[in-house]
Amino acid sequence: MNLRRCYALAFKETLQIWRDPRSLAVALLMPLMQMGLLGYGVSLDIKHVPLCVYDQENSQESRAVVNRFVSSGWFSISHNLDSQSAIRNAMDRGECSAAIIVPVNFSRTLAVDGSAPVQAIFDATDVNTTNIALGYTQGVIASANAQIEAKWAAAHGITPSRVGQVDLEPSTWFNETLDSRNFIIPGVVAVILALVGAQLTSLTVSREWERGTMEQLISTPVTSLEVMLGKLAPYFVIGLVDAAFCLASSIFWFKVPFRGSFLTLFVTTALFSVVVLGIGYLISVRIRSQLGASQIALLVTMLPTTLLSGYTFPIDQMPAIIRAISYIVYPRYYVTILRSIFLKGSGLSNLWAPVLGLLTYAVIILWLASRAFRKRLD
Amino acid sequence: MTQEQTEPAVRARGVNKRFGSVQAVQDVDFTVSSGEIFGLVGPDGAGKTTIMRMLAGVLRPDTGDILVDRVDVASDPEQAKLHLSYMPQRFGLYEDLTVAENIFFYGELFAVPRDERIARSQELLEAAGLQAFRRRLAGQLSGGMKQKLGLVCALIHTPRVLLLDEPTTGVDPVSRRDFWAILYNLRESGVAIVLSTAYMDEAERCSRLALLHEGVIRHCDTPARLKQAMPGVLLAITSAHPRLLREALAGKPGILGILLMGDRVHVRVDDDLHRIPEMLELLAGQGVTQSDVTRTEPGIEDVFVALLGREEAV
Ligand SMILES: Nc1ncnc2c1ncn2[C@@H]1O[C@H](COP(=O)(O)OP(=O)(O)OP(=O)(O)O)[C@@H](O)[C@H]1O
Ligand SMILES: [Mg+2]
Repeated sequence: MNLRRCYALAFKETLQIWRDPRSLAVALLMPLMQMGLLGYGVSLDIKHVPLCVYDQENSQESRAVVNRFVSSGWFSISHNLDSQSAIRNAMDRGECSAAIIVPVNFSRTLAVDGSAPVQAIFDATDVNTTNIALGYTQGVIASANAQIEAKWAAAHGITPSRVGQVDLEPSTWFNETLDSRNFIIPGVVAVILALVGAQLTSLTVSREWERGTMEQLISTPVTSLEVMLGKLAPYFVIGLVDAAFCLASSIFWFKVPFRGSFLTLFVTTALFSVVVLGIGYLISVRIRSQLGASQIALLVTMLPTTLLSGYTFPIDQMPAIIRAISYIVYPRYYVTILRSIFLKGSGLSNLWAPVLGLLTYAVIILWLASRAFRKRLD
Repeated sequence: MTQEQTEPAVRARGVNKRFGSVQAVQDVDFTVSSGEIFGLVGPDGAGKTTIMRMLAGVLRPDTGDILVDRVDVASDPEQAKLHLSYMPQRFGLYEDLTVAENIFFYGELFAVPRDERIARSQELLEAAGLQAFRRRLAGQLSGGMKQKLGLVCALIHTPRVLLLDEPTTGVDPVSRRDFWAILYNLRESGVAIVLSTAYMDEAERCSRLALLHEGVIRHCDTPARLKQAMPGVLLAITSAHPRLLREALAGKPGILGILLMGDRVHVRVDDDLHRIPEMLELLAGQGVTQSDVTRTEPGIEDVFVALLGREEAV
């Protein structure tokens, strides 16, 4: 291997990226946009969810429940309605995305049975928002329950210590929403890095085939390994810059608590970048058209990252077979690592299993990639 | 020591290449010595590019061996690539890199020492008349300048064997002259050059020519000897109606071949003393006017079509 040739290739590739608006956009704008879109999509603090109220009883107790929704800050009442069909219409018109119905005998049931149902209806067109609103609703009800229970306990002469415990519940709830965001943002980072990394390198070899520069390149003494290293180097730097951007915005913008070390973060992120860049390169070597290569790269990165990395769907709720498959999907390791570093402050010693998984991946991919490129036309 | 005693710079022996049902190259044998310009001439699809690619080590022959600078290209292409340069038919440099950057890149790939690279690129750019365009993107050069840049990049590492696939197609006459001046210089310094061309005047400048047709080398010799090998005598007839003239003469006794050359018609006959009066009589009888009948020296184009049997009405 000749380092001079590697440098020359890396230099050439850098110039080409710099002069190609499409590469630059993928390299720098895509992470920005996706971080905004995906990050906000999952973690926007949904405040003032428009709420329709159909208070059939209109008693002091029922109004207390309704007020809890308003005072939580998460909801604001858009309409006070007086029929089921009015709720339906309001939802159809998009004037509210949640509704509560307090039944006519609410306070009496509560007094007699110690509990009473309140119906909540959600417009589930936007699943994400619905889930969050559902979480809020449960929180509001929980805090209402706590108070009712406290009252009830006082009335029945039960020791206040238990009441104190129950009272803590709302605060747990607030953390919980934050947790789900903290949980999701690292997944988003993994998705973006995989997507952008593989997109970038998927073009690098296919571009040479398409533009007709490959024939001359392979007539020189440059080796396959030199081509791979020289071409991957600049994208590796870009990948790290993108990673730094995504991770920094997770910490400083989305306020995900960061409890780990930057060194661990750097090492594991570098490893993950090598895997995704290698995958893109491998595709690029195989597919001689830029469009084809970039589409396959999209498929290969988007599908597993979004479905199996635990970014949208929690892995432990999936069927066993899919869970088994998820172990061979590379983003899963990185998502696990990121969450542990961010939320638990884990170091490399705690993370040896997923790091080993990534390392194995990196070695296999690079080995395949260095061999895949043949200096031949046929 | 004579040329015959030294091992030639390029030796192809029994080379075959097939693409599916197309036999692109068939039983090709030739040698090229250092200081020779060897021309591959043939119509579209004759197999010129396929041969070039096999010489360059980017395409593997089905059978046969190719030695370039005494290295077997099929078994050790990387070793062979150290001392050869290949300029593909399609422009192979980076259009989004400047002239200087392309030269730098290829110089580095061949590990040319820095000082040597600078001196050599200076010299080559000057010879190619590209000095003023060092900072221009290769994509913004004219066709002729692109080809000259290709040559500069191909020569930056001082190759012993230079492979040029139709290097001057679509190149203006001035650039072609620069191009050939560089090639002659290289020949003087002992580089073996293999080039394919569609231009007959260029073929004439080669040391030796291989006339290629459907993957087979039909004839291979110096341009002068190829001309001698052409049977018959060549007559040039100027006429206002060359097509009519051709029709009138086609298939008549003693006419070996007819080739339209603009307003002139090249007619190859077995014996000019007998045939000229016969022809004039025939043309007069058919009312075809002609102004002038002269014996003429065959160009390579005449040789080519005659030897490949591609003249009309033979
Ligand atoms: N990669 C390939 N796959 C299939 N057929 C091919 C391939 N390359 C060349 N051929 C066929 O082999 C034959 C020779 O092609 P080649 O390109 O060598 O001709 P050429 O003399 O260079 O022609 P041109 O003057 O058009 O450049 C043609 O029939 C061509 O269609
Ligand atoms: Mg060709």
